[in-house]
This record gives sequence, C-alpha cells and structure tokens, in this order.
Amino acid sequence: MIKKEMIAMLLAGGQGSRLGVLTSSVAKPAVAFGGKYRIIDFPLSNCINSGVDTVGVLTQYQPLRLNTHIGIGIPWDLDRNIGGVSILPPYEKSTNAEWYTGTANAIYQNLKYMEYYNPDYVLILGGDHIYKMDYEVMLEFHKANNADITLATIPVPMDEASRFGVVITDENKRILEFEEKPPKPRSNLASMGIYIFSWKVLKEALITLSEQKGCDFGKHIIPYCHQRGDRVFAYEYNGYWKDVGTLSAYWQANMELIDLVPEFNLYEEFWKIYTKSDVIPPQYIAEDAVVDRCIIGEGCEIHGEIHNSVIGAGVTIEAGAKVYDSIIMKSTVIGENTTINKAIVAENCVVGSDCELGIGEEVPNVKYPNIYIDGLVTVGEDSVIPDKVRVGKNTAINGGTTIDDYPHGVLESGECLIKAGDRL
Amino acid sequence: MRAIGIVLAGGNSNRMRELSNKRAIAAMPVAGSFRSIDFTLSNMSNSHVQKVAVLTQYNSRSLNEHLSSSKWWDFGRKQGGLFVFTPTITADNGFWYRGTADAIYQNLNFLKNSHEPYVVITSGDGVYKLDYNKVLEYHIAKKADITVVTKRLDNVEDSTRFGIIGVNEDGRITEFEEKPLVSDSTIISTGIYVIRRRQLIELIEKSAAEERHDFVSDILIRYKNVKRIYAYEMNSYWSNIASVDSYYKTNMDFLNKEIRDYFFKQYPDVYSKIDDLPPAKYNAGAVVKNSLVSSGCIINGVVENSVLFKKVYVGNNCTIKNSIILNDVHIGDNTYIENCIVESRDTIKANTTHVGEEGNVKIVIEKNDRYVL
Repeated sequence: MIKKEMIAMLLAGGQGSRLGVLTSSVAKPAVAFGGKYRIIDFPLSNCINSGVDTVGVLTQYQPLRLNTHIGIGIPWDLDRNIGGVSILPPYEKSTNAEWYTGTANAIYQNLKYMEYYNPDYVLILGGDHIYKMDYEVMLEFHKANNADITLATIPVPMDEASRFGVVITDENKRILEFEEKPPKPRSNLASMGIYIFSWKVLKEALITLSEQKGCDFGKHIIPYCHQRGDRVFAYEYNGYWKDVGTLSAYWQANMELIDLVPEFNLYEEFWKIYTKSDVIPPQYIAEDAVVDRCIIGEGCEIHGEIHNSVIGAGVTIEAGAKVYDSIIMKSTVIGENTTINKAIVAENCVVGSDCELGIGEEVPNVKYPNIYIDGLVTVGEDSVIPDKVRVGKNTAINGGTTIDDYPHGVLESGECLIKAGDRL
Repeated sequence: MRAIGIVLAGGNSNRMRELSNKRAIAAMPVAGSFRSIDFTLSNMSNSHVQKVAVLTQYNSRSLNEHLSSSKWWDFGRKQGGLFVFTPTITADNGFWYRGTADAIYQNLNFLKNSHEPYVVITSGDGVYKLDYNKVLEYHIAKKADITVVTKRLDNVEDSTRFGIIGVNEDGRITEFEEKPLVSDSTIISTGIYVIRRRQLIELIEKSAAEERHDFVSDILIRYKNVKRIYAYEMNSYWSNIASVDSYYKTNMDFLNKEIRDYFFKQYPDVYSKIDDLPPAKYNAGAVVKNSLVSSGCIINGVVENSVLFKKVYVGNNCTIKNSIILNDVHIGDNTYIENCIVESRDTIKANTTHVGEEGNVKIVIEKNDRYVL
C-alpha cells in the first residue's frame, strides 16, 4: 500500500519578472545562487533534510533548465522507488486544456498526483526564497494544534511589515485576521508563502473553489477556509529567510555569503544544501590573479582580479580583468582588461576585452525604473558584449549584441539593450 | 559495447610510503577533486563498457567508500553496472588474491557468466583518458591474442617501476621485461590490456592449474612467443601513481594549462563522487598564486604553486608553497608549509613549520584535536 504522511508541492512555474533579464529564458527557481546553487535547491534540500521524500514540482514558465537540473532527483536523494521528485507541467484534459492560472489552481490540476500518495498532510512551497527550515518541526506544530492549515510566518521589523502579508493571532497562535500589505500593520508576523494543509481540508477547498478564476492560496483558498471557521495557525520561524525576488535583494543575498562568518552559512555540516554539480574539477588561480573576499565555484580559471564577488562554476576571468562587487554565473567568460563594477552577469555570457561595466552616474532606468535599480548592471543569459564598450549603471543587456548596438561604444546609464532571438 | 571491464585495484606500493597506510593506491586523491580510479572508471563509462568489476584487496575501505554508489560514473544500471570483488573464503579456496591472475581466477564466474566477447583489463592507478574502443579495433585488426597499451616515455628515469617492452615493425611485442634494472627501450606497458574473454578464461585457468598467479610474468611474458601479443601505443597524457614522487609530480602536472584543459575542459569528462561542498571561499588576507583549489576550501593565507584538495581550511597568515594538501585538512594560523604532502583529515597546529626538500617531499601526518563547530 502506498502511503506518505506528508508530501510537498513546490510551485516553480513563475517567471519572476522583477528579476528582469535574469529570467528571460529560465524560471526564477532555476536562477543560479551563491556560486554553485540554484534557488530551487534550498526548498528541495529542506524537503529531504526534513524527511519529506515525495515532492511534486509544478513548472510552467521556461521549464527546460529546471527539468535538466532536477532530472530524477539524484543530487537530493529524491530518486525513489515510490515517491521522489516528479515534474508536473500543465497538461491537456479530455474536456479542456488550460495553463496553471494561479497557485491553487496549479495544485488543483494535480489532485490525482497527490491522491496517489494517500497523504495526511500536504506542504505547499514556493521556489523563490533562500532559507534552511525543518518542515518536520512545522508539521509537529500543525499536529499539536490539531490545525487544518498552518502558515509559516517570520517576524519582520515593524516598519517593514507593510510590505508583507501579515497575520494577527491570538495567544495560541491561531490566526484571527489577515492583512495584505497593510499601511498601518497591527502585527509583524509575515507569511512566508509556506503552508501545511490537512489533506481533506485542502482537497475540499480546491474542489469547492475550482471555478474560481486564477485561484490563489493567499487570495482565495486560505480566506475561504478561515471564513468557514477552519483552524488556521501561524508557525513562527526564526532563522535566515531571504526573498530574492528583486535584483537588489538577489544581489544583496549573494553578497552576504562573502562575509567572514556569513549569517547564512553554507559551510556547516548540518543541514547541507544539495545541488546538481556538473562541473567537478577544482578551480585554477593563476600567478597574477587576485582573489580578495570572494567565493568561487568549481572549475573556474581565474587570471584577473576578483574583489568582493560571487563567481559561479566554470567561469573564466582573463588576465587584467577586474571584477568588483559582482555576481558572475556559470560558464561565463570575462575578457582581458575588462572592468566590471556591481554587475550581475548570467550564465554562459561572453564579455569582450577592454570593456567597462557599471560606470558613470546613477540614472533611473528609463523603461523599467522599478526593476533595474541600485546601480546594477544586469546581463541576461547567453549574452554577448563586444570588445571595448562602456556600460552605465541601472542598465540591462540581453542577447548577442555587437558594437553597432552601442552608439559611440557606450550604453548610457538607465538604458536597456534587449536583442530578441537566439545567439548563433 | 563488445567488452566488459576489469579494474585491478588491489595493489599497494611501499614506494607510496606513509600515504598507503590509509588507502589503496586506486583511492589516492588526484588533481584536487578526483581519486585515481575515477580516470579508469570514466574511461570505461565513456567507452560504453557497461559492466565493470573492480578487484580490491589491500586496505580497501577508502576505495569501497568511494565506490559506495556506482551512479557517479553512470554505472547505476539494471544491465551490467559496477561490481566490487574483494577476496572471500569459499569451499575450495581460502587464499587472499595471490597475484593479479589469481584475483581474476577467483572471480572467474564473472567472466564466465558474461556474454561480451572481449575484456578490457586496467589498473586503478593510471591518470589518463583513453577510448578503449580504439584499442579494441586495433586488437581485432591485428588479429591479436592480447593487446597491451603502451606508452613511449621521453626518458625512462626509473625503469624499475615499469614493464619494458620491445616491439617489431608490425607492433607485435617481442620483448617484455618486468621492472628491469637497466633497459635501452623507452616503451613501457601502461597495465591496460584487451583480450578475448574466452582466451582470458583459458589462460587464467591454465595458470591457476600450474600455481602461477601473476598476469604479467605468468601470462604476458611467458606466452609472448606463443601468443600474438600486440602493442597499442598511446600518444596522449598518461601517468601512473606508484611512488610518492610520481604522485607529487602527477598532481603538479595539473598546474600546467595544457594538461588541465585536456582533462577538465575537453570532451569527454572525468567523473567522480559528488561531495556536496560549497564553493571555495577567500577571505581578506588570501593570496593565491598558480594553484588549484577545490570546493569547500576556506582560505585566509598565502598559497603558491600548490594543489588544495576538498575542504581545506587555511588559517590567517599561513604560507603554503609547492605542496599538496589532501582532503579535509585544517591548517592553524601562522603555519609555514613547503614541499610537503599533508595527509587527509590532518589538523596542523598553529605556529608550526613543515618543510620538505625539493625532489624529496615531506609527508606530514598529524593527528591533533580540532575544534569543530
């Protein structure tokens, strides 16, 4: 008989449009993090470390990278005879065919998957946070309170609480009220988007609200259950939890890893984070290289200078290149004598020689002033930047650009250079 | 694929000095992130040899741990896969492996129960890339009974380490001398052989009946005028780990860009067990020159012309020169290390100095308490 006490459903279908060109061809959970990992490694590792060995990963937006990364789940020991990891894309039904229109709708469309494992509890996870959390402790809290739904919450500073969905609880942590981004928050317990449902409650709610357009956990399912008097509790988590949904938060979270003893420590033996490592060899640091406060992934060839940066696996930094305060992802090449200041360069890019990135005045981005901020230069996957160009701040580059795309060899601060089509 | 594989990984060498106290040579860490057997296993996998037996005997715990899962080399198969055979006491045999031929003899059922027509026999101590299919094609074209993969050395400094071979113009082996005191030939055997499975069974059974147990002296050398034994010359990089000197040199070879690119960047890849370690971290004060650094390292000091294996911690104000630091070593502050090989899991006390000589490296083995978080 097949029986899993708790299974996890990991929502990994979102684009994460606030990450700009970083997610132009991959889903947000597949974006690289910390010189080696991808964002989805954190919830997946948390699952297996918590003893949750059955995980459905719901994909929709640009799933290729996620599919190849997860495979059959070997890096997380999620290759199982029964359970393990399953990728769940939207599919055509005999009567209709629809995309996943909302978080709860995506789960609803996979009721059969969950039913197969005959669970008592279902854990709903997102794929856009960096944290280590024992879901088993949360489940114990859920059981101890005889709860129908438990939300994971985290205390945030009171003056920041208005950016979150906060919950107001009684002394037993039972939730009395929800407030979404309240101007005057009455509580600082923010919802982390992590839920444990008792299976019967979840199933009933999903079926009842199945006609709801864009059915969403936060907007529809949880309010519905709360209104009808279900026992909804807030589990308080007190650890490192970082949203990396915006470019500046993403950059910040990477930079924090460089601290002498980082708050989020990947070097601890306990609660390891697993990932698919397709680059195994050691890195080579050349005679004239400078490695000054940085973390560097496997198989890199470092001939230039690196200061205060996070370098992914298989990156080549040519001689004379200088990289400051930047994130360089897997397999990217930085040409000779190029200087990079505060940039995020995605995977598989080629940055030419004698370039300067991140120079000049900080001017708000013209087209996307809310995305390209903090003076960051953001370069999308597979981009090419020709030799001898200069790129300003709050800029974005995507695609195979040539010197003709840069008037006078310059991309001014606040500009975007997005070239459609594939690089040949 | 038309062949099965046998990896002879039972050996030990006193030339490895203290390094062999801990592990068989096949399990020696190489090039920062690998073990020496990874090269042979990756070659097998990349040559589509899908059924491989590893014969181990000497101090095999470390090797067995490394081979605990066969998935890293893509041997996690329903058909074929990776088999690790250690000597066992049976109703009619109570011996350890008394030699390489005896090791095969004691596992003859593995050969008898297979259906592939050929066998690739290798050792676990070679660092090289080779497509065994090429050797097999040569073997078939020459209508050989046995093919020996050979390597022409620039100069044989130490012929007593190798089997020295002489060939005629057709490539047939006319001379084969194991570890001669003096030799004028520069062609050596790499310990890689291709042979028809039935032929191997026949030769091994015959040797066993005569109480002969060594594959090289009792089969290759004894039969060299009777059987058609051919030499396949390998032109790419090959090195074997048999002594502290060759071990040191092989690791240092990876600081050479051409060799590094050949193994690390060019197809096909070399695979190894995945350790789930975070990227290397360089704190303020780290100065690293011409060195290989593996994942999980944390560096606070100076590292020059060295190879750091996985999870090495280098304390503040340390200097490490021309050295090899094996896995999971903790080096305390203000320590000076030059021309050394530091054994894995060592904890080197702060304010100490370890210096070996050029050409005669010091092996550092220290067991001190470590404060672990």
